[in-house]
Amino acid sequence: MAYTEEDLKEELKGKEYEFGFTTDIESDKISVGLTEDTIRLISEKKNEPDWLLSYRLKAFNVWQAMNEPEWAHVHYNKPDFQAISYYAAPKQKKVLESLDEVDPELRKTMEKLGISLEEQKRLSGVAVDFVMDSVSVATSFKEKLGELGIIFCSFGEAVQNHPDLIKKYMGSVVPMTDNFYAALNSAVFTDGSFCYIPKGVRCPMELSTYFRINESGTGQFERTLVVADKGSYCSYLEGCTAPQRDENQLHAAVVELIALDDAEIKYSTVQNWYPGDDKGVGGVFNFVTKRGLCERNAKISWTQVETGSAVTWKYPSCILKGDNSIGEFYSVAVTNNFQQADTGTKMLHIGKNTRSTIISKGISAGKSQNSYRGLVKIGKDAQNARNFSQCDSLLMSDRCGAHTFPYIECDNPSAKVEHEATTSKIGEDQIFYCLQRGIDEEKAIGLIVNGYAKEVLNKLPMEFAVEAQKLLEISLEGSVG
Amino acid sequence: MLKINNLHASIEGKKILNGITLEVNAGEIHAIMGPNGSGKSTLASVIAGKEEYEIESGEILFNDEQLADLKPEERAREGVFLAFQYPVEIPGVSNINFLRTALNEKRAHQGLEPMAAKEFLTLVKEKAALVQLDDKLKNRSVNEGFSGGEKKRNEIFQMAMLNPKLAVLDETDSGLDIDALRIVAHGVNTLKSAENATIVVTHYQRLLDYIVPDFVHVLYNGKIVKTGGKELALELEEKGYDWIKQELGEEIKV
Repeated sequence: MAYTEEDLKEELKGKEYEFGFTTDIESDKISVGLTEDTIRLISEKKNEPDWLLSYRLKAFNVWQAMNEPEWAHVHYNKPDFQAISYYAAPKQKKVLESLDEVDPELRKTMEKLGISLEEQKRLSGVAVDFVMDSVSVATSFKEKLGELGIIFCSFGEAVQNHPDLIKKYMGSVVPMTDNFYAALNSAVFTDGSFCYIPKGVRCPMELSTYFRINESGTGQFERTLVVADKGSYCSYLEGCTAPQRDENQLHAAVVELIALDDAEIKYSTVQNWYPGDDKGVGGVFNFVTKRGLCERNAKISWTQVETGSAVTWKYPSCILKGDNSIGEFYSVAVTNNFQQADTGTKMLHIGKNTRSTIISKGISAGKSQNSYRGLVKIGKDAQNARNFSQCDSLLMSDRCGAHTFPYIECDNPSAKVEHEATTSKIGEDQIFYCLQRGIDEEKAIGLIVNGYAKEVLNKLPMEFAVEAQKLLEISLEGSVG
Repeated sequence: MLKINNLHASIEGKKILNGITLEVNAGEIHAIMGPNGSGKSTLASVIAGKEEYEIESGEILFNDEQLADLKPEERAREGVFLAFQYPVEIPGVSNINFLRTALNEKRAHQGLEPMAAKEFLTLVKEKAALVQLDDKLKNRSVNEGFSGGEKKRNEIFQMAMLNPKLAVLDETDSGLDIDALRIVAHGVNTLKSAENATIVVTHYQRLLDYIVPDFVHVLYNGKIVKTGGKELALELEEKGYDWIKQELGEEIKV
């Protein structure tokens, strides 16, 4: 039976109710603090099966025995985990009548990013007509995915409808014992995304949360699981270039990718969480665990453009388990004002002939601190493993910092590991050269920075790349000096 | 077109230009020569509006407009072009993209729409041929990995694309072999018209064999101490800058 716009409209109406949009919001928020009871309550509210509740409780026990990591090159006041409310049904955002009611700062940024009016309305919560373009696009999108047997839904839905897949793969790449934040997430995650590509299917479109219109507000403890079955391919987009304001200070997400034999997953992120103001007050703490597992001949490619958050702690990694598997990490991390980022990757070569490429471009401005931290580990059976790493840092001011912490562990003599690193300061000469050709300073910085980050931006899907370029320019406005 | 009246300028408190007066009209080529440290490059930088240089007194009028009131990018859009002595590398930014941005900024300033891609590429082809710029250099990053000669040719290529009213060539001949010198000179000569003017800043007379100036000025201690026709350049070549120093010795020491 065809899925029509009418059906979608009905479904969306239903969703509103389900999320308590029309009921008393307060009643759907549990009080602050974290105990076993909190976790039972979350699980109950989400109508979860027993095995998932036990998983959460186990994770909670693990987490309680752990300490918050301190090795990263970041300084912040540790969050009080007992002062956080761990479950809130998505709040109904106040529906605005028109764009005129939106914060003018936010609008200005969105305009600069070239976001269409319709999209601006959607992002800022202005009431939109159901027949708008993105909805009909999403409808046909859903139909098409369904025909191919691709599952793309919220994590919560997947737990209800595809428990076997969740049970099999959840925690298989990032075990609950992995680290402090992963353990916390495993105990209290509220929702996220799930994606399954069947054997031999090439997903014909970019999967992005933008199109997953039944999205229930991602929340602060998001969980993403992407499984690409044998010989399949998908490209997944996460995040959004539009500024993301969020009252939750702590974000601890877990992303797990599984690429079975001959499969390929391309995972692109643009992260623009609130970075705090220019005095360093406020801003999101982003402590994310992202990891992918490659079976034989599989390939996982991480591309990230990180411009937001006050503190970022994030290392998208690849476990190259299968022979001939390939891992890639392309990253641009921008820090401005008082932002701190400690980001990089881990490439774990286990199988024979495994290859990995790391291209990291750090850009520091203002008084920010930007660190690359990466591990390349070649296991003893990883015959002929290859790694190439390139870590560049660009300094925009003389008060910011750029740091590189590369770790290489090699247990196989046939492996070849290359590491290149450069640090440069954006030149006044470069800017003057542009000025003299009639290009103003803002545009000049945009050109220079985008040129510097080009190798990474080129890896993003086309329309994402254009927005990401503008985002870089905006993030660095007025920051040379 | 350009009128410089009694210009005094300094950098970081150090006085470099000590009262320069110079008039350049449309259709003219002026050569500015002088020994090292005489202020030649400073003069070029001050015209282009480099921030570090401070104008202490005097004025620069460009088409009756005070240049000091314009930001460097505004001067460029109004038609002031500086061919850099040391062209700057901008990694990752293609030469073509850079030029298109520059050209469209200038067009926007003139109230014109951005140039259509096809028209732009035709123009690129035509102007690149003028300085025999290798096809691959157009798509490479701005000046990155260019040889010295290629960088200078790229400057003249940009000049041809932007079609300035006033071009200042700052030691464009330095580091050029004789073939490159000829190519660069050919470019400059071809671009010459009754509507534009060129200032050639150079150390040696050599370039002036190929770009024939209408006037030659000798700069010494931040001042124009001698002005003549093209034969002055030859005389300088023959007698060296000491000749000027001696001739004007007493006066300059004061």
